[in-house]
Amino acid sequence: MFQEYDEKKVKSTTINPEELKPSGMKSEGVTILPSMNGVSQACISDSGSLKPINEKDDSFEKYAKPGYVLSHFVNRFMDTDAGQIPVVKTEMMLKDMLATVGARAGITRNNYRVIPGLYAAGEPDENSEVLVTANFKLTFDILRKNLKKLNVWILVLDTVGVNVWCAAGKGTFSTRELVRRVESSGLDKVVKHRRIILPQLSATGISARDVKKMSGFSVIYGPVRAQDIQAFLENGKKADPDMRQVTFTFAERLILTPVELNIALKYVLITAVALLVISGIGPGIFSLKSAGERGWISIVFLLTGLLSGAVVTPAFLPLLPFKEFAAKGMISGSLFALCAMFLSSASSLGISAMIALFLFGTSISSFLAMNFTGSTPFTSPSGVEKEMKQFIPIQAGAVALSLVLWIYSAF
Amino acid sequence: MKNIRYLEDVSTLVFNKDKCVGCSLCTVVCPHQVFEMNDGKAVIVDLDGCMECGACVNNCPVNAIEVNPGVG
Ligand code: SF4
Ligand code: SF4
Repeated sequence: MFQEYDEKKVKSTTINPEELKPSGMKSEGVTILPSMNGVSQACISDSGSLKPINEKDDSFEKYAKPGYVLSHFVNRFMDTDAGQIPVVKTEMMLKDMLATVGARAGITRNNYRVIPGLYAAGEPDENSEVLVTANFKLTFDILRKNLKKLNVWILVLDTVGVNVWCAAGKGTFSTRELVRRVESSGLDKVVKHRRIILPQLSATGISARDVKKMSGFSVIYGPVRAQDIQAFLENGKKADPDMRQVTFTFAERLILTPVELNIALKYVLITAVALLVISGIGPGIFSLKSAGERGWISIVFLLTGLLSGAVVTPAFLPLLPFKEFAAKGMISGSLFALCAMFLSSASSLGISAMIALFLFGTSISSFLAMNFTGSTPFTSPSGVEKEMKQFIPIQAGAVALSLVLWIYSAF
Repeated sequence: MKNIRYLEDVSTLVFNKDKCVGCSLCTVVCPHQVFEMNDGKAVIVDLDGCMECGACVNNCPVNAIEVNPGVG
């Protein structure tokens, strides 16, 4: 799902053109008019008008560069001792919301990045706090929309477009990247103090002590969620216990399911084709008619397994019995398979076909549910390993048995 | 998170109380409140809540904590 991060590339001394660019700009060939998009409402029309963007404020003209397009979430620029810093909007635009939907669905996920570097929100000065975040655009958006009444600096790390926690686990939200980004952004020229606030969940990739040693900046771990930032700051940079606790609510689980489905989709399609072929096997060696009729029913059970394992089990996780995800997936998968049995014409195929379909749908659900352990904020790798050792043989055995029964039932 | 729990007795978290200098950073970074401070030292209060993320290990200034996912 995530791209591999090339540590060597980061270390090498060759100059990365992205670093020479002020953050907030992206290079996009020779686009001229689209660069105005979102900068000022007055200019969105395609009239081709070449009037100054905003009569009162010529700052965009001043910062314009041929070949660079202004990011739509940048409001203006401010001059600091470390150069021009883009000031972000704290309102979401329709464009952000649509893109969020795309990213959640797993369509645009990989390119959904913000250029790393220093940004501003509000009117920060040399005493303002510095919030560090990842360059996954969704993460960045959630942060900036929670900064409405604040004057802060935002230091965006290059996490290859991955969110804070996953990036910390993968080693891209790391001590080294943080130290490097503090240096390259000239943060020490922008603020007088020497402290930076990190999201708590980045702690997996960070050693506060090493950051201090290498950059001179002390790390303060902020709340888990961006919506608590304001309360955290008002509270003298103290987090309440619940700001420190990870949650995994129904909504948080449900929002992960489109990506689960997306990942499973390819395998489901391959399996569906295989099912059509296998279902054609029968007394006449291979029959297209049988491939269609029996294949169709088996695909129904594949889909119920998919729905149960990748959507229903994640969504109703705490309600399902057992602690092992694979077992939870079996429970919900078998219920779904039974429903499908009654609703489809499977019962006319005979008892061995019915058992085959039941085993198949249940195993698919169990397997996909087990896969979901990789997306939760509470499963330990040791636990997942134990679960896999226990359940993969069961799932594989059940699928093999169901295959034998399915072919047998055709004769 | 108290209503969603994962497997018991699997976490490889090891805490060395003698080394602990009581900075309380582990209680700050842990997303599952596995540690609490007691008498100037950390104590493990919820071992089964540990997801082996390593945040406490990385940030403990005296290496009093260890976790080894994947070695069990
Ligand atoms: S490894 Fe993570 S979950 Fe476990 S105690 Fe340390 S910080 Fe908490
Ligand atoms: S981080 Fe280490 S030294 Fe600090 S309280 Fe926890 S165990 Fe003790």
